[in-house]
Amino acid sequence: MTNVYWMESKMELRKMARLKQYSVSTVCFPLMFYIFFGLAMPSSFGSLTLGKYLLATYGAFGVMGATLYAFGAGVAAERGLGWLEVKRASPMPPAAYLVAKAVVSVTFGALVVTLLFALGAIFGGVRMPAGQWALLWIVLVAGAIPFGAIGLTIGNLAGPNSAPGIVNLTFLPMGFLGGLWMPIGFLPKALQHFAQCLPSYHFGQIALAILGVPPQGSVLTHVEALLGFGLVFAGIAWVAQSRDHDKLYG
Amino acid sequence: MPVAELSGVTKRYGEVQALRGIDLTIERGELLALLGPNGAGKTTAVRILLGLSAPTSGEATVFGHHPASHEAKIRRGALLQVAKVPETLKVREHIELFSSYYPNPLPIAETIAAAGLAGLENRLFGALSGGQRQRVLFALAICGNPDLLFLDEPTVGLDVESRRTLWAHIRGFVKRGGSVLLTTHYLEEADALAHRVAVIDRGRIAAEGTPAEIKARTKTSGLEDAFLAIMHGEGNVICESGLAAKEVIQ
Repeated sequence: MTNVYWMESKMELRKMARLKQYSVSTVCFPLMFYIFFGLAMPSSFGSLTLGKYLLATYGAFGVMGATLYAFGAGVAAERGLGWLEVKRASPMPPAAYLVAKAVVSVTFGALVVTLLFALGAIFGGVRMPAGQWALLWIVLVAGAIPFGAIGLTIGNLAGPNSAPGIVNLTFLPMGFLGGLWMPIGFLPKALQHFAQCLPSYHFGQIALAILGVPPQGSVLTHVEALLGFGLVFAGIAWVAQSRDHDKLYG
Repeated sequence: MPVAELSGVTKRYGEVQALRGIDLTIERGELLALLGPNGAGKTTAVRILLGLSAPTSGEATVFGHHPASHEAKIRRGALLQVAKVPETLKVREHIELFSSYYPNPLPIAETIAAAGLAGLENRLFGALSGGQRQRVLFALAICGNPDLLFLDEPTVGLDVESRRTLWAHIRGFVKRGGSVLLTTHYLEEADALAHRVAVIDRGRIAAEGTPAEIKARTKTSGLEDAFLAIMHGEGNVICESGLAAKEVIQ
């Protein structure tokens, strides 16, 4: 039966890689923003060049996007248009469906982070010890997990047509207000306070701490906050899914 | 023992009473057509037998098991009405994936042949015609080598030729010893394929028998006339559903 998980993930990867609106935009958006804000305007923030600082935050932004779209838009479309029913009527283990979406999120997240690192190292002159590169890479990619729960909540609650819009409305403001587009210190004080309500902010702070940026508050608090968001949304997603099961169609 | 059974099943969706007490058995090796106008409760009956929705009261079993159990799932296949199937997977990939869900699937080549998909294996689903798409869904229903097949309006929206082609593949499945529950509102389809017909109207079984029996009992020559007779409350096989006929026929 482990074969099922492998097959489901493999096919999900092929499916999403061929779906240009997912694969191309997931990869290109963070790279483009990083080039505009991190590389095109040489500047520095605190002790870091902007190129290095934004490597962490756009990495977080990219992982967040790959995950929110795969779960949010992906699940909403398949659930709302009947495909999930066909799967649920089959002997597919329900977990395989979610595992496959997670594999896609992590794979595309890893791809975005790797490409950003290459850009930063080659064009942004970003240098750091190998261990630090590795740790940042791992933390960024692992950050997909709580956002998977948020994406799944959208996927289980939104309609198939509205889901992509709702994901955009979640993803883009969360990126900007969480301090992932530009250093959080550039934002007005009121917005800086508000940022603490956003999982994207905590994710960014953890990634920045690895680069030696002193985080606002302790790293542990940010990890706890992110885990908390993940658990709360996993709970909401689960309730939404149970409610949904007996409601579809007449 | 029947391969699938509904006994005393009712289903209420909020205000709507979709099934008002249905008794139905599918015997081994037979093709039972569940015939009725739109909204009669056909799809609801199928969804209950697939474990996608729970009856409000009464009992449903598939091979003596709960319809949502793994034991039931691995012995049945289903072609459901689905608004959108992932379009960026190839025909062969869809079949490989669904085959991996079952312990003893048919060889891929056999499934492809039995659904008339030879030559289309490497097409993306999105590039197929309507008839070809339904044949892929049929392939996904039979790829696990099931003993029982649920076909929910499999030929709706297809042209005559595509419909006949799918009929031939359905007959092929029955010839190999499979049992089928087919829902349709095409009388011609029930007449052409079914060993036994159950006419469902407003959530009740209005008549049941072989196509010939139903024609004989309603003193009509075609199943279409018999159907109208039943819906109008004429003939001698009528249940209380006759009252509702005006609304159904308009």
